[in-house]
Amino acid sequence: MSNRLTEPPTGADEPRIGVFVCHCGTNIASKVDVHDVCEYAGTLPGVAFSTEYKYMCSDPGQEFIAAAIKEHKLNRIVVSACSPLLHEDTFRNAVAKGGLNPYYFHMVNIREHGAWVHEDKASATAKSKDLVRAAVYRIVFHEALERKRVSVDPKVLVVGGGIAGIHAALTLAEAGKKVYLVEREPTIGGHMAQFDKTFPTLDCSACILTPKMSKVKSHPNITLWTYSEVAEVDGFVGNFKVKVKRKPRYIVEDACVGCMDCIDVCVFKEAKFEDEFNLGLSKRKPVYIPFPQATPQIVTIDPDTCIEVKTGKCKKTCVEICGDRNAIDFSQKEKIEEIEVGNIILATGFKTYDPARSPEYGYGRLENVYTGLEIERLINSSGPTGGHVVCRDGNKPKTVGIIHCVGSRDEKSNKWCSRVCCMYSLKLAHLIKEHTGAEVYNFYIDIRTPGKGYEEFYDRLQGEGVHFIRGRVSEIADWIVSPEEEGKLIIRVEDTLSGFVRRIPVDMAVLAVGLEPRPDAQEVRKMFNISCATEGWFLERHPKLAPVDTFTDGIFIAGGCQGPKDIPDTVAQAGSAAAQVMALIDKGYVELEPNTAYIDEKECSGCKSCIPLCPYTAISFDAGSLKAVINEALCKGCGTCVASCPSGSISQNLFEDAEIYSEIEGVLADV
Amino acid sequence: MKYSYYPGCSLKGTGKAYEESVLAIFETMGVEANEIDDWNCCGATAYMGVDESMAFGLAGRNLALAEREGATDVVVPCNACYLSLNKANKYIEEYPQVKEKTDKALAAGGLKYGGSLKVRHPLDVFVNDIGLSRIKDAVKTPLKDLKVAPYYGCQIVRPYAAFDSQRNPTSMDQLLDVLGADVVDYPLKTRCCSGSQTGSLPEVGLRLVYILLKEAKRRGADVIVTICPLCQFNLESYQDEVSKRYKEDLAIPILYFTQVMGLALGLSAQKVGLTRNLVHVFPTLDKREVGHV
Amino acid sequence: MTTPKSMKYESERDHDFSEWITGVVGSERIRNCIQCGICSSTCPVSHYMDYTPRRLINMARQGFKDEVLRSKTIWLCTSCYSCTTECPKLIKVTDVMYALKRKAIQERVYPRRFAIPILGKEFYKMVRAKGRITESRLMMIFMLKTNLLRIFTMSKMGLRLIRTGRMDYKPESVKRIKELQAVMDASSDRKGVSTS
Repeated sequence: MSNRLTEPPTGADEPRIGVFVCHCGTNIASKVDVHDVCEYAGTLPGVAFSTEYKYMCSDPGQEFIAAAIKEHKLNRIVVSACSPLLHEDTFRNAVAKGGLNPYYFHMVNIREHGAWVHEDKASATAKSKDLVRAAVYRIVFHEALERKRVSVDPKVLVVGGGIAGIHAALTLAEAGKKVYLVEREPTIGGHMAQFDKTFPTLDCSACILTPKMSKVKSHPNITLWTYSEVAEVDGFVGNFKVKVKRKPRYIVEDACVGCMDCIDVCVFKEAKFEDEFNLGLSKRKPVYIPFPQATPQIVTIDPDTCIEVKTGKCKKTCVEICGDRNAIDFSQKEKIEEIEVGNIILATGFKTYDPARSPEYGYGRLENVYTGLEIERLINSSGPTGGHVVCRDGNKPKTVGIIHCVGSRDEKSNKWCSRVCCMYSLKLAHLIKEHTGAEVYNFYIDIRTPGKGYEEFYDRLQGEGVHFIRGRVSEIADWIVSPEEEGKLIIRVEDTLSGFVRRIPVDMAVLAVGLEPRPDAQEVRKMFNISCATEGWFLERHPKLAPVDTFTDGIFIAGGCQGPKDIPDTVAQAGSAAAQVMALIDKGYVELEPNTAYIDEKECSGCKSCIPLCPYTAISFDAGSLKAVINEALCKGCGTCVASCPSGSISQNLFEDAEIYSEIEGVLADV
Repeated sequence: MKYSYYPGCSLKGTGKAYEESVLAIFETMGVEANEIDDWNCCGATAYMGVDESMAFGLAGRNLALAEREGATDVVVPCNACYLSLNKANKYIEEYPQVKEKTDKALAAGGLKYGGSLKVRHPLDVFVNDIGLSRIKDAVKTPLKDLKVAPYYGCQIVRPYAAFDSQRNPTSMDQLLDVLGADVVDYPLKTRCCSGSQTGSLPEVGLRLVYILLKEAKRRGADVIVTICPLCQFNLESYQDEVSKRYKEDLAIPILYFTQVMGLALGLSAQKVGLTRNLVHVFPTLDKREVGHV
Repeated sequence: MTTPKSMKYESERDHDFSEWITGVVGSERIRNCIQCGICSSTCPVSHYMDYTPRRLINMARQGFKDEVLRSKTIWLCTSCYSCTTECPKLIKVTDVMYALKRKAIQERVYPRRFAIPILGKEFYKMVRAKGRITESRLMMIFMLKTNLLRIFTMSKMGLRLIRTGRMDYKPESVKRIKELQAVMDASSDRKGVSTS
């Protein structure tokens, strides 16, 4: 024992260590000789008690630890089981129940680091012993620590005004919480506002969405900022400081009543600019309102096309007609609002795949090739054709082909299944048939209808006589081999279920484009300090058990920004995120992990080198004492400052030098 | 500008006009091209099917010879040769087992390939090295009103080339545009002409040739411009047989893109091998009043 | 009338064949094929094949060796690489076809009178002997071996090619044929192949 680099304490604090080895059913026991590990642990210095159990995390397992502490007068506990991510809290609670400070505890992961990564039992067992020994060496240096509490600001920021953001904001507002809802576009509503009907029930999208939109606008607990973007986020769970950039829309929001007289009298007699809401299928003026139910019901002036904004030399007929309302204000400048919130929900949505990236489908080159979203607008009665599904020449199509998986399930564009395209293609097939009576062909690789009522909808469509051809279309083209193909779009596909290649002439082709992360997902991720999966979707804390949490406390995600999903799932996530936020607000405080860094004031030279290195801006410089100061509430325990301090004056709880060195010594000890 | 030049077997045979016109353009544009000494068969596609390692060995010898001569870029006009050499070059880099085998084979012949070469097509060189603006400046008789269908063939951009889109290449379109030609939108620009199948399985091959010719004519093309000796041969030599089989007049001149460049740059018909064509372009040029020497 | 049998039994599957094909350069990803059929659809000649490329890939990974190697499909492939370009799973379908062709030749199950393998073989022989291809000679030999009648339909074209100087009967050859043959012999996958 005396050859150890660091000597364990003696006397009253002399360690009496308990080691508890878990079988995890057969997860660990099938690859690790648990009994052997347990017996071995009993021989290690300072170990007063060691035992094994089938499920240490179960209630009896936890009781067992609490009882053993009392019975054997244990003062240090090692549990050798699974990942601390899952059960560290469980066991700390068990230790506390036994009357010990919960930080006199260390957890060893012999499942992921042992059983699951070894093929033979002997080496898995040997490694488990090494890991247990390291923990036994380390634990003697543990000290009692206390968790600090900070209060939670009850206000909430919701970013994104699509159906996810709308639902989350309303849920919180109904529960009496104050919510800021920030939306980049001039109106809330998101993609759902562009849809005509929703699957599988075919209820009108606007009919179910717009009541929620107007409720957002009128709710006393919601502050709605459209045409605005989050510019900066500071702080930590319970105490975020956020700057919101409010872009000038050249309209006094409280004064505008949405009469739209200014649109009528605009010096541009004809609408000539691409209408974003209708995806360029119609035109708008520089002063516009995206769609009839836009919320807020006020106009926006587009700085890129308005003559007055661009040159200052317009007749300003709009100002004239607005008269005493004075709702138009060309002197508006960008404004920054600073707010404080305790929690943030990100509901920033997705973008649809740009089919110009798949030139074989002729999008942008062949005029009657549309995207699914464009067809939604054509079907919609407030859309560019007043609800008539027609080709560019104004004629109704007699045959329509819908191509699934465009920009999905393809290593060259997006690998993932976009999850909604099957169902929206079925819906469009139904609506196109209803509006035009056309023959409709669906070209699919696999039909995926796993939602409630979805398979039944597929069954209904088959009954309606829609053709289903299993095969990925290789090309939509206008070259012909036979006279009846003249003037048509030819869809070429292997009918894989029949086993031959077919050429099918259609009047209109619809591309069921997939879903992608927004192009600025990485910037948003950085601003809110969360993670993205490799594809760019925001990463949840756990795919099953913490689907709306992120790895940053107090920041939650919901809807399409987390991955492709349909409206029912989006709404479910939004509700879940709101509930998580409410749990934090109603508890009123958060407990901070005590694994924070601290400064030995005597040793600190005031060199400031740690300050710019801290990723959480937790360190500041005290001008009075000329020393660095760490804000415990902001510190996440990453250890960067500890490692970089030139004078060695920064240490970290739970990662003290003695703890780390003895752990290393333990894992390397010759046995 | 200095390049190593790999002609391949076709450019010494049925594709003679291609070699003549490529070299003539190189000369006109001040490009130095040195033929690899003692080059051998590229290991072409038929070969990959018989013995792949040997095909890599054959391609490897050509690359090794060029590297030994101090080359950095090998220019390969024939699409099939371009693909073979480019593929070998890529696979030697990508697959350790291919590299090991090829190294061993080359060593048996006292050769070594260090993997330093880039395999280039003349189209790539013209558009990306010489540049369209220099070519534009060199144009003497713009091909005004000459409607051309640009035909790339299958093995140029697919699947290993990086200088243009694999699905919708446009570099030749841009080049022809600079020469003053009226470029026809030709959606079959990369569709296979059937290559060697026309000789071995006429009912399959002739059908593919038919589709290509018919669509070019349907879109009003005066000529089809190609960049591959096998495509040129296929599309030109079987026109009689195809016309007879499908009872349609499918006669249309099939020119190498370098021949078309020659016309615009003011080179003689002789110099760019136009007299070797079976379907002559001269009547079309006269009709369109396109100047030629 | 005979009734064809379409039931397949597990004993008819050749596991070694399926292992072999997934190990060949370019074929590594055939297990990931989702049978979308874009290879067959983009193929300019798939409608002449007995099995479409998609079906062939599934049969190959399932180990139906006999059907795969005797299929006409592999000999119809024109090596245009559009399947390789389009495959959403990055399967190098053209390379798979090459691998199957080579296997069929090795196992001597290719259609003997079928023109394409004959062309491949003649091509091979000429390169082995001369290092280069003389197109006129290759064409002549090929026609003699496959379709004498076609010589007559092709003779008109031949004359025109001779007249335009595109048909040279003088054989092309490399100078250092020994060096080349050493490389070829050392790289061959097929030991003891007769080259005569």
